Amino acid sequence: MAQQYRSFRDLDWALIIIALIICCLGVLQIYSATHETAAWNDAWWKQIIWVGAGLILLYATTKLDYHTLLGQVPIMYVLAVLALLATFAVGKMVFGSRRWIPVGPIHLQVSEFVKVVIVLLVARYLAETKAEQLDGRDLLRLGGLVVVPMLLVMAQPDLGTSLTYVPVLAVGIFLAGLRWKYLAIILTVVVLAVPLSWNFLKDYQKQRLITFVDPEKDPRGSGYQVIQSKIAVGQGGMWGRGVTKGTQTQLRFLPVPHTDFIFSAFAEEHGFVGVVVVLGLYFLLLMQIVQNGTMAPDRAGMYICMGVAALTLFHLLVNVGMVVGRMPVTGIPLPLMSSGGSNTLSMFLMLGLVNNVRLRRFVN
Amino acid sequence: MNLIEPERNTGQDPRNPLQNPRMLRDDTKFASGKVAFFQYFSVAVFVLLVASFWDLQVRNPELYSEAALRNSVKAIPLLAPRGKILDRDGRVIVDNHPSYSVLINRQLYKPEHLHDIAEGLNLDYDDLAAKVRRFSTEPKYRPIIIKLELTPADLAFVNAHRDGTTFPELELIHVDRRLYPQGGLAAHVIGYVGEVSVGELDSPEFAKYNQGDIVGKAGIERQYNDVLIGVDGQRQEIVDNLGRSRSVIGIKEAIPGKTIQLTLDLDLQVVAELAMEGKRGAVVALDPRTGEVLAMVSRPAYDPNLFAGRIRSADWKEITGNPFHPLLNRAIQAQLAPGSTFKPIMALAGLEAGVINDGFHASCGGGASFYGRFFKCHLSRGHGSVELHKGIAQSCDVYFYNVGNRLGIDRIAQYAEMAGLGHKTGIDLPQEAEGTMPSSKWKIRNFRQKWYAGETISVSIGQGATTVTPLQLAAATGGIAMGGIWMKPHLLKDTQPEITRKGDLNPENIARIVSGMCAVVNEGGTGARSRIPGVEFCGKTGTAQLASNDFLKGSKQGQAMKDNGWFVGFAPRINPEIAVVALFESGEHGTHAAPIVRDVVKAYFDKKARLQGIQAAKSPPPPEPPPDPKRKVEPEIIE
Repeated sequence: MAQQYRSFRDLDWALIIIALIICCLGVLQIYSATHETAAWNDAWWKQIIWVGAGLILLYATTKLDYHTLLGQVPIMYVLAVLALLATFAVGKMVFGSRRWIPVGPIHLQVSEFVKVVIVLLVARYLAETKAEQLDGRDLLRLGGLVVVPMLLVMAQPDLGTSLTYVPVLAVGIFLAGLRWKYLAIILTVVVLAVPLSWNFLKDYQKQRLITFVDPEKDPRGSGYQVIQSKIAVGQGGMWGRGVTKGTQTQLRFLPVPHTDFIFSAFAEEHGFVGVVVVLGLYFLLLMQIVQNGTMAPDRAGMYICMGVAALTLFHLLVNVGMVVGRMPVTGIPLPLMSSGGSNTLSMFLMLGLVNNVRLRRFVN
Repeated sequence: MNLIEPERNTGQDPRNPLQNPRMLRDDTKFASGKVAFFQYFSVAVFVLLVASFWDLQVRNPELYSEAALRNSVKAIPLLAPRGKILDRDGRVIVDNHPSYSVLINRQLYKPEHLHDIAEGLNLDYDDLAAKVRRFSTEPKYRPIIIKLELTPADLAFVNAHRDGTTFPELELIHVDRRLYPQGGLAAHVIGYVGEVSVGELDSPEFAKYNQGDIVGKAGIERQYNDVLIGVDGQRQEIVDNLGRSRSVIGIKEAIPGKTIQLTLDLDLQVVAELAMEGKRGAVVALDPRTGEVLAMVSRPAYDPNLFAGRIRSADWKEITGNPFHPLLNRAIQAQLAPGSTFKPIMALAGLEAGVINDGFHASCGGGASFYGRFFKCHLSRGHGSVELHKGIAQSCDVYFYNVGNRLGIDRIAQYAEMAGLGHKTGIDLPQEAEGTMPSSKWKIRNFRQKWYAGETISVSIGQGATTVTPLQLAAATGGIAMGGIWMKPHLLKDTQPEITRKGDLNPENIARIVSGMCAVVNEGGTGARSRIPGVEFCGKTGTAQLASNDFLKGSKQGQAMKDNGWFVGFAPRINPEIAVVALFESGEHGTHAAPIVRDVVKAYFDKKARLQGIQAAKSPPPPEPPPDPKRKVEPEIIE
């Protein structure tokens, strides 16, 4: 009883409140971007429900010791791979990609939940390694374990989400320590793999990379999204055009202004000032996660927190970078703001893990 | 470099950390340096992102505001209807009719649609593509009108395909378009409108217009384009990404062009047109008192409605390929030898210069020799003893050879130029020709040669290098009939009459010439078949050879080599009210041109009588019987 009370009070309330403020701004922006559309005008209250569900999930996640969760990683990993395979069988085809499997009345994007499994997987594997530095066998094993779900997600095809697994692995390996020799080998492989992988990319993915380099090349086609996004951001100016006043958002020149390009819509309606406030909130959130990692009771806890931090930072860099034309269009959502159930729930799950780690630092 | 502290928990079961949660507890700072590195990296990422937003939002937001505006504001042109053109009585000659045009909104335009659009609207793809290319330098908000006067099938095509997913660039607009009289009535006076060409845009006259504007290209439409054209308006709409209108943010209404009233009298115009049916040539009717043009016909004519938008190339080829040049306004642009219609001017010069008087007789034996060359009279058996009256009435060439010989070329030119020959009349129509009045100076200037006295003999009967336009001849003759006051011809009713030239002439001399011209019609002269009962109709025939007919030179048409028939007439004898010229190309003789003039003059007096009758009927005591119904005009058949 006493332990329960303590655990509730000792939740990272700063983290949760920052996350909820970001979620509120997200809901507001979703409303602004979709209230005049026929297909999406219910997205804002759906998002409220998802955030509520996310909070419950966060709390539930803190109830179970993360060590217990780490113990179940093999089972979770197998279930994750099976679920990814299932998307090919029962997945709903949307925009040429099978990412969703039906669970009751809703469709869940499996690859979003696999993120949580990857975080736990990397944490457990690295925490168990005894050596001062990782050796080649460790790299191959851990890399192999991560690559299998990555390839499955890539085959959906969903390049953006599959790439989000990489920073979790990369930051984990970085923290665990790596010989220069292996670092050099990894970099060589990557450098060699990039031109080779060009042949494995889908045409639309190649097109996206070409237009990332030169969006004006095809302003009506694939460069359209980036150009429209930059126009939206640019015309926001210092103070923004006001909620529901951004022409790029309201007249739908901006593509998907409630999901992948939500930050573009936000920047148009709230201006540079709004952008700095929200980016500041994200920075505080990130630092709070890292802080929990440094206070973790053990390596596994730290790896979990840093994995979540790496993933969040990657999402921010790629999504917000895309909005301002500094990153190619990969179609990954902005955590906590973008409309969508799976990404919201998975983010709250991960914040739950961070809180879980935090609560265990007093356990004796 | 290696920040990892040595592991102290050897001996524990690393495979099962859950069994001993404390095993890693004191080990959490093992990577604090790397965590700090991660934090600095995060700071760098955020700084980079904030800098990107600074770059877009604070450094040059105007750039993007404009881009957003271009995205969302669509301008739809509201085309101003052109002003109507009325005749002197206020009857409509040129009107507009409502129609639909289709345009391409270039902000939404996709080049790959062009083929299907051209096919759907039955347009030539290459023409359309060329048009789109011409617009490439114009601002994007200026749409391209690609087809005027949509057929019901076109309308159905546009309505079915202008949705957001098919061809969102298509836009329908309502346009008032020119409606010209059928059958080319007054076609040359009115002219026509058309899309301003690239070449015209470079000329000062059209420099103020834009690509795609419809402007007057000929005739009154061109002369008074600035008055008729009006000012186009614009409606600005907010549109979404599919081009659907969300709201109207501003309307600048179009200002319609002003209506103009001409001096033309449709009644006379119709009569003149009918009289010229099936012939080539021109008719000009003037009021010599004011210079008002009452009728102006040129044949062959064309249908200006073909030009009203963008003329089809087949129609254009047919018009330009016609050997008789239907686009030429012969009334002001045909420069032809006047033949014997020049003789009243010769008589004026002779009398005024004092080289002839009532007593001057010439003996005509069918010709005469001057400077070693024999010049024929048109009547080979000769006119016998000829004085001025008979010389004009019978058009005796020998008489006028003698007059000319006595005058010399420069005195002839002096009086002919006083009457307006060799100069543009200054009528308010574009591209008037000036004709030629030769003189010794003219010859030196143009040929660097001396004038030979023998050349004067041909000029005396309106041949040689002398050329006139029908309008010049009408104005010249009308001015003589007015006693030496030449008015500037004009077509715009709202124009102050303007005297071009005033000769200090002896009224008795005028009376002598007019008397001769009266005899032409009324005393068994060359125009005797064209008498009008009850009207003092005077005139002069002319039969001109084609030696100096420049614009038909090289034509292989046999008919083109026949002589041109002229007739110039006026009425009444004193205080003339109307002067009419008819040019009947290849008409062989002036007597064949005379009935054309007679019809117009008769129509004028019939109408006058009718109007006076109505006036009289209105006043309480009706002093006169009702007027005769207007005589049905039938074209004279030339045998």
